[in-house]
Amino acid sequence: MSHRGALLALCARKAPQVWLSTAVLALVVLLIPAPAAATSQTSIADVEDEVMCPICGTLLELAESPQAQRERALVRRLIAAGESKAEVKDALVAQYGRRVLALPSGSGFDLSAYLVPAIAFALVAVALALGVRRWRRAGGPPQPGGTGAPQGEDAERLKADLARYDL
Amino acid sequence: MSTRPFLAFLAVLAVLGLLGFGLLSKGETKIALGEAVPDRELPVLGGPGQGSIADYRGHWVLVNLWASWCTPCRQEAPELERFAQRYRKRDLIVLGINVQDNSDDALAFLRDYRVGYPQLRSTGDERSAAFGSTGVPENFLVDPHGRLALIWRGPVDEEFLQQRVVPVVEGRL
Repeated sequence: MSHRGALLALCARKAPQVWLSTAVLALVVLLIPAPAAATSQTSIADVEDEVMCPICGTLLELAESPQAQRERALVRRLIAAGESKAEVKDALVAQYGRRVLALPSGSGFDLSAYLVPAIAFALVAVALALGVRRWRRAGGPPQPGGTGAPQGEDAERLKADLARYDL
Repeated sequence: MSTRPFLAFLAVLAVLGLLGFGLLSKGETKIALGEAVPDRELPVLGGPGQGSIADYRGHWVLVNLWASWCTPCRQEAPELERFAQRYRKRDLIVLGINVQDNSDDALAFLRDYRVGYPQLRSTGDERSAAFGSTGVPENFLVDPHGRLALIWRGPVDEEFLQQRVVPVVEGRL
């Protein structure tokens, strides 16, 4: 009996009050991928949108040139041989060079493709935060005697002005 | 200098630097007759070890850039094979450099067209770029001193080989 079956049988022997636990466990067991599925089998569509047709300068999924067709055939052969997406990409790099990758790698100079936008985003965020802080300080809560009710001469003048407009 | 103009200056400088880098990195390679051939060690196609055009220094070398998916390459391969066999004893070597291709297809091509002259393989299009290539096939005649004697961006046939390549090799041009 498989581990999954044994677990379900064990749960079934328990008292009815543990049915909820049993159901949860069964769900967990069912959701655990089987070992065969754990190998990251990929598909042509999954690879095509992440690699380039180097001659065409476009994604492989958009290319129909003879070179693209041969590259696609190679990808199909590699997938049929059970290679994962990462292995397929490595094989393509070995055949066509790094330009075959649509996305830069996460190391070396390629890392700058990810770091530069992140740093730029962080700088803009900091600049915005500083700007908002300065703006809020400039237009912050009214100071006592500042923009409150007019006092002294101002109050008198306001009263006179309002009297002139008295309907 | 206050901080704000300095930062603006740095930002403009960075943008100009990126533009300059982009333009320079897209610059085309130009090669000309009489110049040293662009050369480097490349893997031997379908075999162990490395090779280069310089291995044939002292001989005339007709370098043929090709790919298995290229239709004109299929048309010229038998011509080149016949030419290679005919002129092998006259110090003229035909050297294929497979570019922009995968090695399985390239080896199948050599079997299908019974190509026997030496073959190197360039991963990606690095060699094509070095030759200022715009496609395949392209042919380059290299003199015994390693200088370019003839550039032909397209397929060759018997007529071209006899009328353009042989006279150069025999010193008639």
